[in-house]
Amino acid sequence: MISKDLKKKFLRDMLRLRLVEERLSAIYHEADEIKTPMHLYTGQEAAAVGVCSALESRDTVSPSHRSHGWYLAKGGDLNAMMAELMGKELGCSGGWGGSMHLLDVEAGVMGSSSILAATVPHAVGMALAFQMKGEDRVAVAPSGDAAVEEGVYHESLNWAALKKLPVIFVCENNFYSTTTHLRDRQPSVDIYKRAEAYGMPGLRCDGNDVGDVYTKALEAVNRARRSEGPSFIEIMTYRWRGHVGPYYDWDAGYRTQQDVEEWMKHCPIKSLAKEFSLQEEQSLKDEIEKEIDVSLAFARNAAFPRKEIIRA
Amino acid sequence: MKYSEAIQDAQAVMMRLDKRVFVCGLGVPAPKEVFGSCSGLKEEFGNKRVFDTPASENGTLGLLLGASLQGMRPIMVNQRVDFFLLALDQLINHASKWKYMFGGRQEMSVLVRLIVGRGWGQGPQHSQSMHALFAHIPGLKVAAPACAYDAKGMIIAALQEGGPVVMIEHRRLYDEIQYVPQGMYSVAFGQARVVVEGKDMTLVASSHMVSEAQKAACLLKDHGISVELIDLRSLRPLDTETVYASVKKTGHLVLVEGDWKPCSVSGEIIASLAEKDPGVFKSPPMRVMWPDMPAPTSAPLEEAFYPSVKDICDACLKVLGSSILVVEKNHEKVMFNGPF
Repeated sequence: MISKDLKKKFLRDMLRLRLVEERLSAIYHEADEIKTPMHLYTGQEAAAVGVCSALESRDTVSPSHRSHGWYLAKGGDLNAMMAELMGKELGCSGGWGGSMHLLDVEAGVMGSSSILAATVPHAVGMALAFQMKGEDRVAVAPSGDAAVEEGVYHESLNWAALKKLPVIFVCENNFYSTTTHLRDRQPSVDIYKRAEAYGMPGLRCDGNDVGDVYTKALEAVNRARRSEGPSFIEIMTYRWRGHVGPYYDWDAGYRTQQDVEEWMKHCPIKSLAKEFSLQEEQSLKDEIEKEIDVSLAFARNAAFPRKEIIRA
Repeated sequence: MKYSEAIQDAQAVMMRLDKRVFVCGLGVPAPKEVFGSCSGLKEEFGNKRVFDTPASENGTLGLLLGASLQGMRPIMVNQRVDFFLLALDQLINHASKWKYMFGGRQEMSVLVRLIVGRGWGQGPQHSQSMHALFAHIPGLKVAAPACAYDAKGMIIAALQEGGPVVMIEHRRLYDEIQYVPQGMYSVAFGQARVVVEGKDMTLVASSHMVSEAQKAACLLKDHGISVELIDLRSLRPLDTETVYASVKKTGHLVLVEGDWKPCSVSGEIIASLAEKDPGVFKSPPMRVMWPDMPAPTSAPLEEAFYPSVKDICDACLKVLGSSILVVEKNHEKVMFNGPF
């Protein structure tokens, strides 16, 4: 049973992810301040919020290129993220990383990479360090469905199972690798079933139901804390906007407007918001929009890194 | 102490001192303990700090890099360079970039030990040194120690300094014996060593080729030629200053390296000297390196493939414009007799 307070936290966190991405979409080309490829999280909010709500601040996440949602859900600093997107010195990665390379060590966001599945072994290695040092911490390896096609993903599953490491593999299945559908890439669409071959539980959740994601993530977290080893969670979700950039892409020819709208009907935020009054939702939104205004002002006022650091 | 024992000793010294250090790799705790270079480690430090890994080079390196982000100082051992090529994504896209990509807020640390094979039919996939490949990448440190003293000192330096370090060890050096001090000392990266001082010409080598170059220098000395021999020790950072200072004195340069010529470390040295001071060369420099093809397997072809002491002498004589001296083909006695 999930408390009303926790549900309100889910709603606030998901709205925050959504409104940040919507604002970024609106200003991306218009203001031309953000010169970094952005892979927006719109539509997938329940995944990062559900999983991160089951974690403690000492736990870690190692995200992929679609990093904004995980960074924010895990507690990453919004001002530093906005400054990073604008390439500023006060950015979370000093302006060296951009959208695909976000870091907030204090919040447990351990650095994201644009190479598919590459941070998955990093998370497993962090879990190895936690185990070696006897620390009660859990590492999470989020990735998309295409990362599962990489050899290193399976090497990581094998390692984690072999050493019974406190790590959770989270596969956000949004069906597309850029524009190529899952059925053109994998012989079976039941990704979660592969976990069984490595002797770890494979769970699947409804990515439009944050409560379902949270409940299953908590089960995996508790298992890891009991030193029973890794778990695999597949979250069925959908990215509303294009693979990269600020726009909807139903004219790109790989999916139809109806497909996207069908998923929009089951928006994870809309379904949860029904349990709250319009007024409550609006006041959350107002608060978040203000926070975004502040973060954008912070980023705009920040200086660029000095060119002198580039040397021959 | 043998080269292999010096490597073992360096790891043991650091593991006693620093709880963050651990060592893993396929065969690390196996009976041969990676040609003796990991002997006794599992007995002294236990299987939590000395362990085998699955045959997953990229996954294992990624895992160790992740562990380093939580404060560990891992050592990854690979019995041949060639297998490690599967881990280039983690090495090049991640280990070398991490510090830069995150504005210096976080750094990945790992010591990757790689062994180069040669002889007894090692063939094209067990004998690559890949000096140039690793040395090309900003953000990495690359060591190619030619002697036991440096091997120990550079392992200690790598583990003390942190950051991603690739150490290229040549299998043929493993049984070479040299005095190595007990306990702690370190050998800095980016500082070449003048092995023999000389005035007539400069001979630059790295890794296994240092001992071959030394033999050549001895032979040439018998013929009245004074060779200054420089051991690069580290391939990145590369100490071109020491080479420049020597060539400034001698005016003649031969480079000996176990790698291919195109885009090589030796080529880089010539280029950097030419950029700095093209007039420093009194004769065109020469490189004694592998033919531009993969290493063969058959014994006579191997003999033809690898540069000999005679080849080094010939190159030296050529840059000096001397045609009167002839050094006989030296049939070297190799202690190494397989299987690998």
